Order: sequence, then C-alpha cells, then structure tokens
Amino acid sequence: MSAERTLRGKVAVVGVAETEYYKWGRSPDPEFKLAIEAVLKACAEAGIDPRAIDGFSSYSNDRSEASRLSAALGCKELSFATMQWGGGGGGGSGALANGAAAIATGQAECVVVFRALAQGQFGRFGQGPRSRTVSGPAAHTLPFGLMSAAHMFAMKVNRFMHDHGVEQEVLRAISLASYAHAQHNARAVMQGRPLDEATYDASRWITEPFHLYDCCQENDGAAAMVLVAAERAKDFPHPPCYVLAAVSGSQHRAGASVHNTPEYASSGFTTVAPRLYRMAGLQPSDIDVLQSYENFTGGVLMSIVEHGFCTPEECNDFFTLENLSAPGGKLPLNTSGGNLAECYMHGLGLNIEAVRQIRGQSTCQVPGAEVAMVGSGPMVTPVSSCIFGSEATL
Amino acid sequence: MTPYLRPGLAKPVPASDGLDAPFWEGLRTERLLLQRCNGCNGWQWGPELVCHRCHSFDLRYEETPAEGIIYSHQRVWHPVHPALAEQGPYVIVLVELPQADRVRIVGNLIGDPRQPLVIGAHLHGVFEHHPDDDPAHTLLQWVVAG
Repeated sequence: MSAERTLRGKVAVVGVAETEYYKWGRSPDPEFKLAIEAVLKACAEAGIDPRAIDGFSSYSNDRSEASRLSAALGCKELSFATMQWGGGGGGGSGALANGAAAIATGQAECVVVFRALAQGQFGRFGQGPRSRTVSGPAAHTLPFGLMSAAHMFAMKVNRFMHDHGVEQEVLRAISLASYAHAQHNARAVMQGRPLDEATYDASRWITEPFHLYDCCQENDGAAAMVLVAAERAKDFPHPPCYVLAAVSGSQHRAGASVHNTPEYASSGFTTVAPRLYRMAGLQPSDIDVLQSYENFTGGVLMSIVEHGFCTPEECNDFFTLENLSAPGGKLPLNTSGGNLAECYMHGLGLNIEAVRQIRGQSTCQVPGAEVAMVGSGPMVTPVSSCIFGSEATL
Repeated sequence: MTPYLRPGLAKPVPASDGLDAPFWEGLRTERLLLQRCNGCNGWQWGPELVCHRCHSFDLRYEETPAEGIIYSHQRVWHPVHPALAEQGPYVIVLVELPQADRVRIVGNLIGDPRQPLVIGAHLHGVFEHHPDDDPAHTLLQWVVAG
C-alpha cells in the first residue's frame, strides 16, 4: 500500500462547459435539460463520447439525479453516483474531490461534476418561506425575520469586521473586482453593467453590512466538468489541468444549530485550508489566481483570511481593487466575474474559471498562471476548496 | 406589548420529536428554559438529542435568567417576505447568555430600529405573547438594559 494518501496529480479536468447563463426564472428550458446540455457541451469540448461517462458527482441536493442522467444519455454503465451533503455552494470543490477520489481509487473512469439550477421551475433562494408554521431549528430564527441566506450570514461578518476593525471598503473592493472582470466576459450576466465606488456606496442595504452589490445573483443554467485519470490527460484537445488538491469539511461543531457554532465569525475554512495546502504541497504565495465563492462579499473576506493570503489586521490594506484585479494584482480574484457578476451556478463556474486560467483561456487571463485555487461556499457547512495546476506543477 | 414585527410570518411550533417543546412551553409562562445535561451539568443550545460534551442522553430543561449581551447583530432593510413589505428596517440580535455557558439565542432588539448596535451591550429579555395566533405562542425579545 502506498504510504502517501493524496489526490495530488492523479486526476485531470479535460472538459468544461456551461449553458447560456440566465437571470433567475428566465431559462426557456427545464432544469434537467440544462444539466444535459452542460454535460454534452463539456464532453464535446473534451472530445469524449458522452456514453463513456460512468460517474456523476454533484452537491446541494441537485435535482438532476445521476441515474436519470446516465439513462438519458445512454451511458454504457454507471460506476459512481455521489451527492455531497450540505447546502449552498459548500460542495462545489467537494463534489470535485469526490469525483477525483473515485477515479484515483479505481471506482470510475470518467466522472462528470455538475450543477444545474432553474429557479423559475423550482423557486428562488432569496425569498423567505411562505409556510403558516415553522418547526425545528428554523423556528428559533424565522419568527424574528431571520429567513434568507443574507440574514444567516450577516451576523458572522458583522462580528468578524467588529473584532478586526475591517472597513466597509473591503467588501466594496471584492464586489468591484467581480464586476470589473465580468465586463470582459461574454458569458457574464452582468457584462455591460459596470460598477463603480459611488454606485456601490449609494446602493440600498439588504441587511447590514451587505449592500445590494455584496450579494450574489440568482440565476438559471448549468455547468459541468469532465474528469479522467491523469495518465490520460494529454489525450484531449486542451492543455491538461491537474487536480493538485481537493478537500472539504468544517471546524469543530460548525453545524451547531441556532448560531451556536463556537468559531462563529468564520467562513468555515480554518481546518480545511491547512489540509488543502498540505495535500497540494503548496502555500498561499504559490497561488497565481483565486476564485473565491461570493454568496456575499463578507464570506470572501473571511475565506481569503482563512486561506492565509493576509491576516485579519491586514485586510483594510490588502483588499483593494488594484490588488484583486487581473492581470497584475497581488491576488487576482474571481476573474470571470464570479457569482456576483458572471453567474450564480452555486459556484461551479468558479471551478471552470480556474481550469480556464490554467489553460490560458480566461477572458481576464493572468499571464503564466500555473496554480489556481477555488474556495467553495463560505459560511455553510461543510465548505470545500481545491487547487488546480498545469503540467509544470506536477 | 405590541409585537415587534408585523403579523404574517410563520408561527413557531414544537419540533415533531418534542426536542424543543419545553422551551416553547416555558416562554408561555415567561420562563426561559434551555437544555442542561444531567451527566456533566453543561448547558446546550440549540437543542440536541444528546449532550455534545459527555454524550449523555439524560438532558433536562432548566430555567436561566433572560439576561444576555449582544454577540452580533444585523439591521435588515430588504423584505424577503410579503408580511414585511411595509415593515421598514428591523434589528436581529444574536444574544449570548453568560449565565448558561454562553450559549446563544436569536431575537429582535426592541426600540428604534435605527438605534446604534453595540457588540457587548447588556440586554434583558421581554416576553412577546401571541395568544390569539394559531397556534398561540410566545417569543423572547430583547431590550438594552439600564
């Protein structure tokens, strides 16, 4: 038995694709058709017969069930079908980790990681429930008007900003970076709608400390990535992109209900990030470009701190539009426009953008990017993150 | 007292497994009852079927004073429910209870919704009864002490 248990360098991403991205409720197609379309496009990009897919991996209780996908696509067989527990986008890189682990351990040959959302068909995230009564943990929050994702996370961010003296301009810089990058990306729903400081400052509060532009969009669409064993990575049309690390989890009692998690003012990466770097054999200074899930900008703030890119006390200086901008910033962030301004596909678009950076195909390319990180779904549990690398990083 | 929020939000009912029923019953008689472990005497909240410290299943509900401090807060502006369309801003506080092992509970901060919100401020509880709702229930709300 091999002494080292790791995913490093064992699996490659050989195809990535998304459907057209729509504002929520605007998809002309049902959710399952969006999922199929994204899978077919990712296979076409890889030059793979979709019938060769033998595994599906998703998260956030995706409704496009693996057996239905496999049957609809006429796949030869189904070897792996796994759903990462947890809501929001916390499982984006976790689903990748699960699919990669299946390939690395010989359980499957070709796994598709995907996410599909049609909120017109199934209802929106950003609205409170309309039921007459509520029970369980939600009964202890909803009657006080705490019922949306923004409400669930705002108090974590307020506490973090209070503890460390973080200014509102930090959140603004994160938002401006996403909107600036989206202006170069034809897939971005917010292309053609640039954001400046004055517009951000004048925008309405959703809940303090989140202005409108601190909050992700809600969208319809689907995204998919095709994974194979690293030995096959060079058999495909695009430059190979390897998984250097992918991990998920959360710290001690992150799931304690009614806002009782001990480490409250946190994005949830304090134990995940060290495992990520250990698996990759890398440190923060090795990361060329970062995609960090923006459900809300405050989650990005804490994710970046917990992944070691700056200390809490350095945030007011570190988080500037200049530092976060491609191509030349210290830490180019969310170079597709991310969840704020490209599309909220529960963050899988961030993983795809990281692959495009490694291939040299981003619309905001960081020159010579060899190592790209993704942090998925801050402030939920479990969260996850991953690192991709070029052939030179193996 | 007049309810802090406008009517129409979902009304709390005890969990189907009875886990938090004593909490809701206690509020009806203006008592704050939270979980405490008979094995290790530690307080626990939110409620769970086992003590997270010592794994005892022998948990009781015990009264603790409705006195706390602001652990965190938010002032909500955007209504995400039709019942709150005309509400205007409102304040949610996460209240730490120093006399119950610093467990936390969520409520509203009564008073001017534009009042300054200070982490660490001392609060005391106010029982907001909804006797005419179906089902009748009581919420624990908070005001700044002193």
